[in-house]
Amino acid sequence: MSTTTDTLPAEQPAEEPTSDWRGVAAETMDEVSVKTSLILRDRSRRLLGSLLRPHKNALLVVLAVVLVENAARLAIPFLVKEGIDSGIPPIKRGDGNHTLLLIVAVVLVIVAIQAASRLIFLILSGRIGQQTLLELRRRVFKHFQTLTPAFHDRYTSGRVISRSTSDVDAIQEMLDNGFDGLITAALTLFGTAVLLLVLDVELGLIALLSFPFLYLITRWFRLRSAIYYRRTRTTIAALIVQFVESMTGIKAVQAFRREGRNEEIFHEVNDDNRDANEDAWRLIGLFMPGIKLIGNVTIGLVLVVGSYRAYHGEVTVGVLAAFLIYLRQFFEPMMDISQFYNTFQSASAALEKLSGVLEEEPEIRDPASPTRLDEADGRVTLDGVSFSYVENRPVIDSLDLDIPAGQTVALVGMTGAGKTTIAKLVSRFYDPTIGRVQLDGVDIRELDDETLRHNVVMVTQENFLFAGTVADNIRFGRPDATDEQVHDAAEAIGASTFIEAMPQGYETEIESRGGRLSAGQRQLVAFARAFLADPAVLILDEATSSLDVPSERLVQRALRTILARRTAIIIAHRLSTVEIADRVLVLEHGTVVEDGTPADLIASGEGRYSDLHDAWLASLA
Amino acid sequence: MPPASVTQPLSPEAAPRSSTSLWRLRGYLRPHMWSLIVMLAAALLAVIVGLLIPLVTRAIVDGPIHDHDSAGIVRLGSIAMGLGIFEAFLIFVRRWFQAPAVMGMEMKLRGDLYQHLNELPMEFHSRWQSGQLLSRVTSDLSTIRRFSGFGLIFLVTNVIQLILTSALLMHLYWPLGLVVIVAAAPIIYTSMSFEKRYVLVSRRVQDQRGDIATQVEESALGIRVIKSFGRSRYAFDKYDLRAKRLYESEMQQVRLAAKFWTFLEVLPNTALVVVLLLGALAVGDGDLSLGTLVAFVTLMLSLVWPVESLGVILAMAQESMTAADRVLEILDTKPTIVGGDQTVADPRGHVQLENVDFMFPDADEPTLHGINLDIAPGETIAIVGATGSGKTALTALIPRLRDVTGGRVLVDGVDVRDLTLESLRTIVATAFEDPTLFSMSARENIALGRPGATDEEIREGLEIAQAMFVYDLPWGLDTRIGEQGMSLSGGQRQRVALARAIVARPHVLILDDTLSALDVHTEALVEESLRTVLASTTSIIVAHRASTVQLADKVALLQGGTITHIGQHSELMATVPAYRELLAADSEEVVRS
Repeated sequence: MSTTTDTLPAEQPAEEPTSDWRGVAAETMDEVSVKTSLILRDRSRRLLGSLLRPHKNALLVVLAVVLVENAARLAIPFLVKEGIDSGIPPIKRGDGNHTLLLIVAVVLVIVAIQAASRLIFLILSGRIGQQTLLELRRRVFKHFQTLTPAFHDRYTSGRVISRSTSDVDAIQEMLDNGFDGLITAALTLFGTAVLLLVLDVELGLIALLSFPFLYLITRWFRLRSAIYYRRTRTTIAALIVQFVESMTGIKAVQAFRREGRNEEIFHEVNDDNRDANEDAWRLIGLFMPGIKLIGNVTIGLVLVVGSYRAYHGEVTVGVLAAFLIYLRQFFEPMMDISQFYNTFQSASAALEKLSGVLEEEPEIRDPASPTRLDEADGRVTLDGVSFSYVENRPVIDSLDLDIPAGQTVALVGMTGAGKTTIAKLVSRFYDPTIGRVQLDGVDIRELDDETLRHNVVMVTQENFLFAGTVADNIRFGRPDATDEQVHDAAEAIGASTFIEAMPQGYETEIESRGGRLSAGQRQLVAFARAFLADPAVLILDEATSSLDVPSERLVQRALRTILARRTAIIIAHRLSTVEIADRVLVLEHGTVVEDGTPADLIASGEGRYSDLHDAWLASLA
Repeated sequence: MPPASVTQPLSPEAAPRSSTSLWRLRGYLRPHMWSLIVMLAAALLAVIVGLLIPLVTRAIVDGPIHDHDSAGIVRLGSIAMGLGIFEAFLIFVRRWFQAPAVMGMEMKLRGDLYQHLNELPMEFHSRWQSGQLLSRVTSDLSTIRRFSGFGLIFLVTNVIQLILTSALLMHLYWPLGLVVIVAAAPIIYTSMSFEKRYVLVSRRVQDQRGDIATQVEESALGIRVIKSFGRSRYAFDKYDLRAKRLYESEMQQVRLAAKFWTFLEVLPNTALVVVLLLGALAVGDGDLSLGTLVAFVTLMLSLVWPVESLGVILAMAQESMTAADRVLEILDTKPTIVGGDQTVADPRGHVQLENVDFMFPDADEPTLHGINLDIAPGETIAIVGATGSGKTALTALIPRLRDVTGGRVLVDGVDVRDLTLESLRTIVATAFEDPTLFSMSARENIALGRPGATDEEIREGLEIAQAMFVYDLPWGLDTRIGEQGMSLSGGQRQRVALARAIVARPHVLILDDTLSALDVHTEALVEESLRTVLASTTSIIVAHRASTVQLADKVALLQGGTITHIGQHSELMATVPAYRELLAADSEEVVRS
């Protein structure tokens, strides 16, 4: 056998690589083609556009305010020049200081305007940013909720978390600092260029000489950083996945002394992340001094040429001073621009991923015009249903099944016979590939989610409990239930004894993922939760598997009453649970091979169910 | 036993112990001391160069322009140019040294946190949501990294620049210098009071972000339950409530910061107005040269950035202190379960529990008390008890996933607390009811407790656990399973976990209700093949079913937190009604049908 494993490829991808940029597929690609990256950028832009559109008016106000602010800021050096050139000579001539005082008064007013507009700008843009984030958080969360469990299985919770937290944070960073930086830099760039030319054409042209250099270095930086920042985001995502996985599985980690190896793996992803970050920082480390170099050389040139012209009396000292101040103001925001690129790159990478997630179409969707069905009777019909997880390998093949309202059906068969698949089709976790599943004669695809879930509830062996009290968890399926109803449900299931024995009874907080409760207790709570929800169709997929005998017996007794009024599909390995069914279906490779009441099937003395029953009896002896 | 020192996440109102927290992390910067010194030196030198450039300007205005000396313009101009190029070079040096230093620090700190979390006991992990832990390992560390790489350097250089420039201004023309200094005083005062208010808000924001992460995590992990009950809207409302709370806090932060930053910008400009007025008057009266005034204004304006950024840096410092607090909350939690220094040279698998008590940290009464149990080497004992009777807690005490609160557990005569965790957990292996598979190959998952296991050993383990399906996976043993790989059914996962425990070849094997998700047929097969393993290994089986119990040599009945009966299955069936109640139910149902 070792030969077979040896010939296997050393590294195998968890999923087939997709040559598609749709949805979240691009996340796994390291390098993307130019065309793809254009599509990704377009998609991100659409998302950003749709987020900002509701704030259109507020954004216009912000734009006006920022224009005022920058105009005021740019006016100050010009007034300094006026002060030197027009304010000082009258004093020297002994004509008094009226001109100077007038100029100073104007500067004061402008400073006040700048302050007011700055304050308004910061608060307004802050509000827009935060509202946009709130909307984005809501949208992402809601969207993840509409995607199927199958998607979540593929995508993993680690990535869901990093999309919803660190990617949103990256966008927040851009909204917090980026816009301010970008707008200020753009306006300063434009405003200063104009003012310099107005002040003195020749000096202005010298200053403008720096533009092509600035353009080149910025372009270089933009192209390189796009690649580098993509890598920093991929590496941090890998790190998060590794971290979340080892923290959620910490029990097994400790029990099997996995700490060392896990630390090695973590060290590796941590190291990758550091390398990626270091490269990105080094890039900035070249870009920032580059801008500074261009700036300082320009200032030096202006100083030399300006002094020469001042020496010849072609410009005043005031103009020279204004030039020096303007150039300083001009290059400083350029330094910020790299900071902005930094946040912009992270944010656009995050946007790319988030827009991908939001583009991911839910495989199960609500119908456009749902059929009304308030209280279903609970008749379940499978009409020529086929289903395959992998193309051309049907798990269920043209299955016809009619379960009258109120009937309890047990599905029996080996692992892989298709029992759970039927349960998932009836509860619409999957849609059939061919055929249809009907509830009271209505195709369940024509029901909206709310109606369907109100009528069909599935309890699985994954009895996830949420943070909160025991009562909260029981109430999960029916939030308006009174305390009394919650207690009654627990009582009916036989969970009340242990719940009441807990420190705060029903108000006991459940620890992270129900850690304190035993598996059996968790299952009882999950059961009470389903019972309280009171659906017309109840599906139990191995729901009683980890109950001990007394609990299971309690549940079974409760089941007799609970199931009497509703349709039920039970999948259980324990035949004791199966016995309570009205009808048993034995499945094999997705088809029904035996169908009848348990008593009839046993009485026949042959067949699979009868054999299973005998084997089970033997195990009890 | 001392009470567990598990810290709960502090409430936002809790008094910040910030500055000391950050200081305590200084050790992580120590290996990068030289880089830091170079960075600081480069930054300081750049400050001085930045100061010299305006002085050269003054020299040009007052010298060559005033005196009509064209040669002087070129000479001084080249000096200004040279200084400019040098300044750019210094920035380059600082940044080049910065990257490896701060990234190295972040990486080390993150690695240490991870290692520490691995050492913290289950008690800690059952309390802390991994979302809370994650936000500490990612965003809090980035905050600390940003401050120590950028903020710290500029905090120092900006203050020095402020002092040097003020001194220079005083020297150039003291009345104007005084104006600048008077303007700087309120900035420092306001910065400090701002800092205090900002820390409270920023702590709240960070905690609320952690809450949001937790909520996201819960909704992702519980997606099936949410879907089954059609409760997406409820989950959303729960999330939305937190998102809105975060929004409120963030807005508070925005308003606070907006006021402060506006103030920081207005003050230098106001000072500029006064300098312009007084300076122009002084030039008019001939007290001040024109060149000095130009230099003065340029120098003043060069102060705008350091003063303005002082606010940003202080805010950054504040955030990173909060972040340091949160990181230290974890690092300060002492692992309550640490290994001793003994090993068992020749383990036989003799397990004894002597007067064992166990109480969950916040419970009112003990879950287990006065447990006495002696399991001879090679013996198999079944633990039977009602739901919630503490069976799993009991089994967790042996590999020290939890520690006894009274009495002691001995393995081969040694208190488990005296054994190194490595040796104890090599002797003891557990197959859990809720098996965790990691995102790695099936082979690695199975050989988790015995990394060097041969293919033969793995095959044997899989055979016993009836998990031969692994060979039918797309890439056989090399198929990646777990979170990021192929998903397996509950029963398949349990069998892989069982194979894992068997392959570990422990001297003590604990099966914590490992077969619960198997169908009757498979369960029978597993039980049959398990017999060979159980014959030679000390085993503790938590069981609900008569068929599983029958694998054991004797059975211990757990009632009311203690062992009330020990004996053969048939014996207990005959004599103990409570035991019959627990295990005979199946037959009762059969009789009825």
